[in-house]
Order: sequence, then structure tokens, then C-alpha cells
Amino acid sequence: MSKQMTGARMVIQALKDQGVEVVFGYPGGAVLPIYDEIFQQNDIRHVLVRHEQGAVHMAEGYARSTGKPGVALVTSGPGATNAVTGLTDALMDSIPIVVITGQVPTFMIGTDGFQEADTVGITRPCTKMNWLVKDTAKLADTIHQAFHVATHGRPGPVLIDIPKDVQFATADYVPAESARISHYQPRTDGDAAQIARLVELMESAERPILYTGGGVVNSGLRASQLLRELVAETNFPITSTLMGLGSYPASGKNWVGMLGMHGLYEANLAMHGCDVMINIGARFDDRITGRIKDFSPHSKKAHIDIDPSSINKVIRVDVPIVGDVTKVLEEVLRQWRARGSKTEKGGLATWWKQINEWRAVKCLSYKPSTTTIKPQYALERLEALTKGMDRYITTEVGQHQMWAAQYLGFEDPNRWMTSGGLGTMGYGLPASIGVQIAHPDALVINVAGEASWLMNMQEMGTAMQFRAPVKQFILNNERLGMVRQWQELLHGERYSSSWSESLPDFVKLAEAFGCKGIRIDDPKHLDDAIMEMLAYDGPVIFDCRVEKHENCFPMIPSGKPHNEMLLSADADAFKSGAVLV
Amino acid sequence: MSALNIKKGSTSHSAYDLRSGSSEVEESHTLAVIVENEPGVLARVIGLFSGRGYNIDSLTVAEVDHTGHRSRITVVTRGTPAVIDQIEAQLRRMVPVHEVHDLTMDGPSVQRELALLKVAGTGAARVEALQLAEIFRAKVVDSTLESFVFEMTGTPDKIDAFADLMRPLGLLEIARTGVAGLKRGL
Repeated sequence: MSKQMTGARMVIQALKDQGVEVVFGYPGGAVLPIYDEIFQQNDIRHVLVRHEQGAVHMAEGYARSTGKPGVALVTSGPGATNAVTGLTDALMDSIPIVVITGQVPTFMIGTDGFQEADTVGITRPCTKMNWLVKDTAKLADTIHQAFHVATHGRPGPVLIDIPKDVQFATADYVPAESARISHYQPRTDGDAAQIARLVELMESAERPILYTGGGVVNSGLRASQLLRELVAETNFPITSTLMGLGSYPASGKNWVGMLGMHGLYEANLAMHGCDVMINIGARFDDRITGRIKDFSPHSKKAHIDIDPSSINKVIRVDVPIVGDVTKVLEEVLRQWRARGSKTEKGGLATWWKQINEWRAVKCLSYKPSTTTIKPQYALERLEALTKGMDRYITTEVGQHQMWAAQYLGFEDPNRWMTSGGLGTMGYGLPASIGVQIAHPDALVINVAGEASWLMNMQEMGTAMQFRAPVKQFILNNERLGMVRQWQELLHGERYSSSWSESLPDFVKLAEAFGCKGIRIDDPKHLDDAIMEMLAYDGPVIFDCRVEKHENCFPMIPSGKPHNEMLLSADADAFKSGAVLV
Repeated sequence: MSALNIKKGSTSHSAYDLRSGSSEVEESHTLAVIVENEPGVLARVIGLFSGRGYNIDSLTVAEVDHTGHRSRITVVTRGTPAVIDQIEAQLRRMVPVHEVHDLTMDGPSVQRELALLKVAGTGAARVEALQLAEIFRAKVVDSTLESFVFEMTGTPDKIDAFADLMRPLGLLEIARTGVAGLKRGL
């Protein structure tokens, strides 16, 4: 027996049927019927944001910390265009989110109506799929399809544009189980013969490396468990991209740290010198590979990815495996055990000896100071004082992001939310709120730079209104730190527009929002200040005044191979004219 | 930096059936893409080509299954083998794309294009145009005392050749559909 209802009610019903508990949104003319329905029910919580970009980043934070799709609801025109950055961010990092936009009534589309924008046109390149629904009878079916598409295959953002008259009109509700989803069923099982070739490679590997990425996190908790089993059974060293941190615990003995442009010395040299590279759910991003021609020149490469277009896109591999990480790793372990496989112990022991020599370089060392707070020191103390807590970290984008990835340890997946692919300044604060809404009792910290943080600082209002006690840990160097670093090293120390002359007083700003502000510039009192932040029951803006000219190392200048990475002591090498892109 | 001690001769040699990535020669490929016929799908496919910097030499699209709402997009593109592989993979992963066939790689295929050519002229030129049209099996679909419209189907090369011949004889306008193609046999 089908149920008649308005399009607006269908939206709420479909969201409920999809298990949605919270929607991040901002009302406006073209979504008022949906907001009217939100008002008349209590199953779905609505979090009123302060800017639509914030809504989408909150949905991303929610999705990345729960593994469930995040939902944002915004109005037509400017509401939709403000969502574009978040959509692109989610597309680059494969985050499942569903964005619902209002649209002018169907009969007004194309007339340049008030708050009209070609939303599906604008968002087509930054969504995995989008739909303009012109018929109420198709609305529920489309929403169910949208959730299916967002969460199956390589996850990603989807958008549904709903004209206002479609929200008002009445039609039969299509329940989730009758929705048309059969046409999108991406392959998840890896090819057994290719997996057999991978197992053989693993048996003969003398210098193996597991190179893991966000695909492990996206595949679910089971993928991380299987990865840990694989590492335990093979004793292979394991590194991860920025996106994959936490899949394997940072305290694990096989962990060699993050790789890439600001990755650890031992991780990058292991990537360069390995004879077998096993890429699990990563995509050979340019921040990872450096110069393609010289990328890991002596290795056979296997690549596990659910997206066939990721394979051979940048780096040609010897063993391509299209499938979901969980299913592929299950099969890898099954075959490994069934064959009674053994690793090449002699070679592996020599390899570990080499890796340990690289580790001994201690690439994360920095010059300590008793007078100013070094950003690395601030993060080391944050790590020490929050260790073992039920902790989630988000970041903005820049030096602080890289330092956070280097100096904080992640023991589990879904605990680290950062804008990797798009590098969106302004991501961290709203993302931290999305995480906190999903995990009300957890400690959620946004490690930020003051410049990024200012980009979406209005969301402190959201944090206050919805009692999200997010801690904004701002490493304040009064500079656009990463821009400044590149200008220092590569642009003749001409600091073009990379400092902020007129920063707000963050403590007063906190007071203005009604939350707590803490300022600290003395390393001797840093621990006390962090403890004060952690003890406060509510949002905190923590203004940590750090060394203004600190550079982030190690660093592989882009366009350089892994073995030409620079430690802090090598800063002079930049002067030779490496070109960054 | 520390020495790597990498054994000589341990370089990767693919045992897998991959076309060489080192080939920089561009090839022309005709792809048949079967898509869900819903609004925006063509824009999504075209956007892939423009957004990722791929070439489109020719494009045709029409619904071919009215009950199943399937359209067939035939696109002629150019690129190195690696780029063609990537184009196909990018097309295949699109949500509304059902099938992708590389007619250039999947054995012999029939590829045809339809063209309409308007040729103006009188006297000897007009007679010569008509004779050439016969040789090329072009049909006259409209005529006045000073002009013909020829219709011809054929490979793009054949249409190019005919158009080249018509140019000195008074070719005014040409309309072409772009290539449609099918694999030969079953």
C-alpha cells in the first residue's frame, strides 16, 4: 500500500528510512517546505550552521568519523554555490555525503529567477552524481538512489536539487527497498588470480612496503583489522598517506610513519628503495610520488583500489586489483594462509636493519626553545596530555596540518579528519563540529592555523548553539605558514601577502561567542594551559602563540624523487633552485 | 643521504598484459558509450573530456532503446594508449554509464558518418559535381537550377575526400553528423 505525501515530507521520510539522525543546514526561500516538515518532527536533528560551506564540512566530519553518510540541506542559488567547496573537498577525499538543495519552482527554471542558479550544472564536476528532480513521484526514489551511490563503490558526494513546487506537490512515496539501485553495483571482489600473484610477490619480497591510504578507512573497521592481521603475519613495514592515518596504529612496531612531501624520512626512503610495493587504497597522489620518473624505481607494484580509474592513472603497476579493501584483504589472507606462505625472512631482516638505520636519523627532531613555543613542541605536549583519551582530531590546511600528522599518533581509523586532496583552508572548524555532533562525549580537537581558522570562524556560533564543546587548538604564527615557508625557501624571502597584519584578539573573540579563550606564549605554562582547555566543559579557542618562522620538515620539494628529501639541516639545498608546484 | 643498496637488475618488469606506458604516439579511438538517457548525462560525459583535458574529434548521441531509456554516445577521441585506457576507465566508473566499447580495439567495426553538402554552380562545374557525386554514391536530395544538396554516408575520410573535390566546384555549406559505429560480426 503506497503512501501519498508531499515532496517535502518525502524528503524527511526518505532521510529517516536511510537512517539519518542529523542534518546540517541553513534555510532559505526554496527549501522552506522542507524546513516546515523538519519543524513538525523529532526524529531528525537539524543543526543550523552559519554558512553553507560549514554545513558541508560538518557533514564531511560526521561522515568521516562515523563511516555513515553525512547530510546537508541548503537553499537555492547562493546556498548551493556556497556548498561547492565542500562538495569538491568530499569528491577529492572520497567522503560519502548527500547534499539537498532547494531550487526555484520548475516553471521558473531558466528565467533567471530570484536565487536561481544552475545547481546541477555548477555541481556536476564536483559530485559523484547529481539529480534535478522535476517530478514529485520520482523524488523518494532519487533520494534512495543518492544514498546508494554516495556509499557504494568509491564513496563520494551526491546532490539532489529539488524545485519548490516539487516539494509542495503530492505523490506516492517509494520506500527504500523498492528504489532503483540495480544499475550501480560496482565490483567489490578482487580477482582471485591477481590476488594469487600478489601473494607470490609477498612471498618473494626482500624489501616490501605496505603503502596504505584513505581507502582502508573508507572500507570500514574490518579493513583495518585485516590490515593489522596482514602486518602481524608478514612483519612487513607499513606507511600511510595523510588520508589513511590510524588504519594501522601509530604505536604498532611495523609503523614507519606517514609518507609523502612532509612524510617521514624512513617512510619515503623505504618507498624509494623497496622491491615490492603494495598499495592498499591509496592513489599515487602527486604529494606522494614526487617525480614520477624516479618514483620507487626498483619495485614491483601491486595496487588495490575500488576505483578502476585509479589503477595505472599515474603509476603503472604490475598487479592491479580492483575491489573493496576488506574483501581483497580477506582473500589475500585466505590465500596466504591456505598456501602456508612464508616471507623471505633473510631479506626482510636486512630490510628492517636498513629501515631502523633510517629511523635513527630522527627526522622529526627540531631545535627546542625555552622562550618561545615551537609548534612541534605544542603538538608533542597535546599528544602527551590527550593520549589514551577518546579523541578525534580535525585540522585546517597548512604547516600545522603536516605537523599534526607528524607529531600526533592515531591508533584507530576514523579518528583523523583532514582535507587531503583539495587542501581546503577553513575545513577543520566545521568538520570538528560535525565530529562532535556525532560523538557528543568525545574529545574533539581542531588543530588549526590562525589564517585557516578565520576562514570559517563564524561556525563558533554553531558550536555554541548546539553545545559542541570543540577545542580549537590554534597554532598562531601570524603568518600563512606554508606559503611563508615556500617564499622563504623558493622565492627569495619575498614574503608577498603571507602575513596577517590585523588579527583579532582570539580571547576576546571567544568571549564574544560566549565560549572560553586561552592565550599562551610561554612554553613553561603550556601544559597547564592545555589542561585548562581539556577541563573546560564547552568550546575553547586556544590561541597558542608559536615561533613565527618555523619551517616544516622533512620536505620533498615537489618534482623531486623520494631520496632527495630534505631534513631541516638541509635548508640551504633549496637555494639551488628546485621548483615547487 | 644514506646509500640505498639496491640490487642491480631487480627492476620491475610487468608480466601483466599492459600496453607500454612509454609509447607517446597518439592514436584515434572510437568509443561507444551506452548510457542511461536522463537529463545531464551527456553534459557529464562531455565534462569528463573537457575537465580532464581529453580530446573529442567527433560526437554523436541519440536514444537507441526507447523503452529501456538507453542512449548511445559515439565519441572519437585521440590520445596515447595510456590516456585512452584512462578515458575508458573514467567513463566506466560514471554512475549513469552502462557499457563502454572501444570499437578501435574490439576487432573490426563499421564506422559511418552522414553528410549533407550544398554545392552551387552552373554549366560544366555543375555537371562535374553531379558526376563525382555518382562516383561517391552521394544522393541528390535537393536541387535548384543553381545548386544541389548531396547526401552521402561513409567513413569520415570518404566524406573529407568528397568535400575536397566539391570545394573548387562551388561547395557552400556542409553539415556532418559525426561518426556512428558498430562492431562487425557477433
